[in-house]
Amino acid sequence: MAFAAFSHGGGGAKQAAPASKGNGRVALLLLLPGLLYLAIFFIAPLFSLIATSLQTMDISSGFPVYNYGFEVANYVNVVSQYGPQIFRSFFYALIATVAALIISYPLAYFIGVKARRWPLMQGLMLTLVIAPFFISFLLRTFAWKQIFSNESWIVGALQSIGFLTPDQYLVGTPFMVIFGLTYNFIPFMTLPLYTTLERLDVRYLEAGADLYANPRKTFMKVTLPLSMPGIVSGTLLTFIPIAGDYVNASGLFLGSTETSMLGNVVESKFLKSYEYPTASALSVILMGAILLLVTLYVRKSGTDDLL
Amino acid sequence: MRKFSFGKYALPVYAVLAFTYLLIPIAYTFVFSFNDYRRSNIAWRGFTFDNWTSVCEAQGVCEAFATSVSIGLISTVIATILGTMIAIALVRYRFKFRSAVSLLLFLPMATPELVLGAGLAAQFFNVGAEMGFGTIVIAHVMFCLSFVVVTVKARVASLDPALEEAGRDLYGSPAQVFWKITFPLLLPGIMAAALLAFALSFDDFIITYFNSGPTETFPKFVYTAAAKGLPGEANVIGMSVFFLAIAIVVTVQVRSSLKAKRLAKIK
Repeated sequence: MAFAAFSHGGGGAKQAAPASKGNGRVALLLLLPGLLYLAIFFIAPLFSLIATSLQTMDISSGFPVYNYGFEVANYVNVVSQYGPQIFRSFFYALIATVAALIISYPLAYFIGVKARRWPLMQGLMLTLVIAPFFISFLLRTFAWKQIFSNESWIVGALQSIGFLTPDQYLVGTPFMVIFGLTYNFIPFMTLPLYTTLERLDVRYLEAGADLYANPRKTFMKVTLPLSMPGIVSGTLLTFIPIAGDYVNASGLFLGSTETSMLGNVVESKFLKSYEYPTASALSVILMGAILLLVTLYVRKSGTDDLL
Repeated sequence: MRKFSFGKYALPVYAVLAFTYLLIPIAYTFVFSFNDYRRSNIAWRGFTFDNWTSVCEAQGVCEAFATSVSIGLISTVIATILGTMIAIALVRYRFKFRSAVSLLLFLPMATPELVLGAGLAAQFFNVGAEMGFGTIVIAHVMFCLSFVVVTVKARVASLDPALEEAGRDLYGSPAQVFWKITFPLLLPGIMAAALLAFALSFDDFIITYFNSGPTETFPKFVYTAAAKGLPGEANVIGMSVFFLAIAIVVTVQVRSSLKAKRLAKIK
């Protein structure tokens, strides 16, 4: 997906090898270790998560003990109790994804179409796009927190021009959290957009102009539809991690209690108060919502070969 | 008709602005790696090389870094071997349940890290496994695997099967054909996948946090330190890794570009 974009040709590389038939045993031997690994450490945990989310709590001994059960009420409780956090997760993810798309598209277009004549330049610019990946995600986010801290000159300037009142700050606001989420996931948007735009045949654009379409119309009718696969995988690649993120919205980084997302609740329930069923039910809700979204989205846009 | 010149200046200017935006936090981290900080690296207190010359002075930062590197190396080796095997099988063989296998490989990449982390932690908790170094490695191999498959697959798919046929025609045994022809040709793809896996593992925080127990990795160190004060030495480590990674990527790019130029001349 996004990263394949960087390894020359990506997922859609030309299929040179006619796959050999027979030799099923070799294929099985090659596949088995990895697939078993995923079955044990990816599939089974998902079922573990569902089982845990349905556990019942017993507090008769003084401290909570969880037993296997079928406590669907856990889900009802979780939704009624953490509705705002669930809503924020998807709402912030939506805004940040759209913002990342708007910021990334012109950049990906410039690198993929305009800079085509200079392949080395293209490569170096792509390196700049993924440069944030090379420095710890937490350090980057921490840097933004410092840049927009209450004592920073930026906040001071915004307060003096009246954009913020003297007792208003940036860190801890939804704006700051969405800003951080957008920043952190921009490379996931730019790379897939670049991969599709890089293959865009500019003769189509010339044809559009020849047929008296203005640049706007050419863009809407030619460029945009042709870059749809990149938009689909880019938006998925940013939306999914953002919806589950808890670093940006955490009070230690760019957020506050007013901005906490689903991930923040899961983190504190799982690792601080040990309310495993609550944390698991929330995770299952997130997973379910995302699976639903991916299925609908991919079916609607018709991009089946995401891998 | 109006001559359209939007792309001429607006786009390059926009690109410069976008790159600046992407690089601001990195520049900030770099500058503050030279800060003569006290307790917490927040306000600028003057220039010093101390953080760079005595990185390990800050409590726990080097230990956390070493743990992250060893976890990264072990997970990378396992994930790369397993992933390369799957990639070869996917491209070279037709088998039943192919689409099910593809789906199984796609799903971990489409699952939020939070769910991967919490799910695995729930599983370890249910079987009573003790969290620590081992559970982190298990988790990292799991989420790196699919990325390795995707990266190596592209390379396998672009491999010319005639080369292997030539090897077989010259009476090479299957093992010889693999190790003398297939493997060296796949090596760039495998190396790219390994680098990617290492980078993913080294920087992972969310999954690690759920499955690490008392083991401290570098991202976990930064997360905990963010509350009580991040030492400038953390910036030094972050920047060193950054420069090393950039150096590797740029070298590879420049070399492949020179090679492409040479090939073009021969033709």
